[in-house]
Amino acid sequence: MVLEKMALVGDALSHVALPGLAIGYLLNFNPYIGGFAFLFVSAVIIWYVQRITRISFEALVGASFTLALAVGIMIIPEIELVEALFGSITNVVIWDTIAAVIISIVSILLTRAIYKKLVLAMISEDLAISKGIDVAKTNLLYLFLVSVVVAIGIKIVGTLLVGFLVIVPAIAARTLSSNMFKYTLLSAVFGVVSAFSGILLTNYFPGVPPGPLVVFSGIAIFAVTIIINRAKKLTV
Amino acid sequence: MSTAVDEDHILRVTGLNVTLQNQPVLEHVSFSVKKGTTLAVLGPNGAGKSVLFRVLLNLLPYEGKVEWIEKVKVGYVPQNVAVSDIPISVREFLSIGKNKCDPVAALSLVKLNDVKILDKRLGVLSGGELRRVLIAWALIDDPNILLLDEPTNGVDVGSEEPIFLMLDGIKKNSNMTILLITHDIHIVQEYSDYLLAINKCVTFLGKSSEIANMATQQVIYGEPVCVETLKSED
Repeated sequence: MVLEKMALVGDALSHVALPGLAIGYLLNFNPYIGGFAFLFVSAVIIWYVQRITRISFEALVGASFTLALAVGIMIIPEIELVEALFGSITNVVIWDTIAAVIISIVSILLTRAIYKKLVLAMISEDLAISKGIDVAKTNLLYLFLVSVVVAIGIKIVGTLLVGFLVIVPAIAARTLSSNMFKYTLLSAVFGVVSAFSGILLTNYFPGVPPGPLVVFSGIAIFAVTIIINRAKKLTV
Repeated sequence: MSTAVDEDHILRVTGLNVTLQNQPVLEHVSFSVKKGTTLAVLGPNGAGKSVLFRVLLNLLPYEGKVEWIEKVKVGYVPQNVAVSDIPISVREFLSIGKNKCDPVAALSLVKLNDVKILDKRLGVLSGGELRRVLIAWALIDDPNILLLDEPTNGVDVGSEEPIFLMLDGIKKNSNMTILLITHDIHIVQEYSDYLLAINKCVTFLGKSSEIANMATQQVIYGEPVCVETLKSED
């Protein structure tokens, strides 16, 4: 999302999950499945409307996320609202973890499959289409993967902060990377380190939910990468 | 896009009309391109030059006929690419073009012989280096024809001529056909065989040497007067 210049789209998109979470809570099924369904359906609608109207992704996501937030806040049970907005690592059970690992592996494999097409389309859509790449389909699969990753992250840090996991590790990695391999690897490492260190920090700050601490860890990593970048005089 | 061109030609365009957002962008454009020649496409901004290329690449809907030789392979260098924000190295970019690409050989084709460039980010290359890398990328699949949309866009004046010299060498060595969009009359005269001037419609089609003729320049840069010529080599 950062390379597509859609960092804030990734952030705002995460809020679209709220009505899905609410329906899950109300109808007593896994709210994160509801959240994912809402994310993906919204992403497809936004993708389709953008294709036919050429209105920017930012504007469409901006409109849909505020609507989703309003609907979600109206229908979600009050007791669940804080968990939906800020996540709750303490409520993550072993099956959630197994599901997250499997989904993550599948997402990584799918991303690897479309990686070259995606990068070429970022450089020039015309160039990609002229090589026979179906850019529209590639973008749709990409949005699906973003929806999956965001849905997994919501459980830990909530809908308000999950955008952080999409944006900050990626911009920190970009600051230090001269090629895509390094960029991809560092993004993953920074994401994992932010999440783990944030969760560990809850031992030292009892009563503080892990979501904000994960965000603080990630921002600290980003700050360090900027300092390293300056020191090495690398170009941003 | 159909494939019914005689053996001397690689491309024939007949009665091409393109309308975008209810505005006519190209009208009654007809021309053909002989194999192994360079056709320069000239015209003011907004004349429809890049649109013509996008039609040839089948990126836009159109009316009329666009006929290529069978099994044509088209290499394309777009006018603009978004590389400044993407941390992709030259080596990685070339590998996107072809899995088993020899990056050193690909770069030597475009006279970039310093292997250190392979590990540089695309976004930090000079304008001339970036254009050469894009041309190398377009050449990876051994195309029969190269479509170059302002191939020296973003290149400083001193580096333009060497790029056209390099392209001329590639054309002569491999009998490649080149279509290039340019604004530079000198480039048209020195490095192309035929000239197609458009301003929505075709305003001039003929030998590039005729650009030296004042009357021809008046036709190209004055009020557009459409011509209905078919063959560029006539």
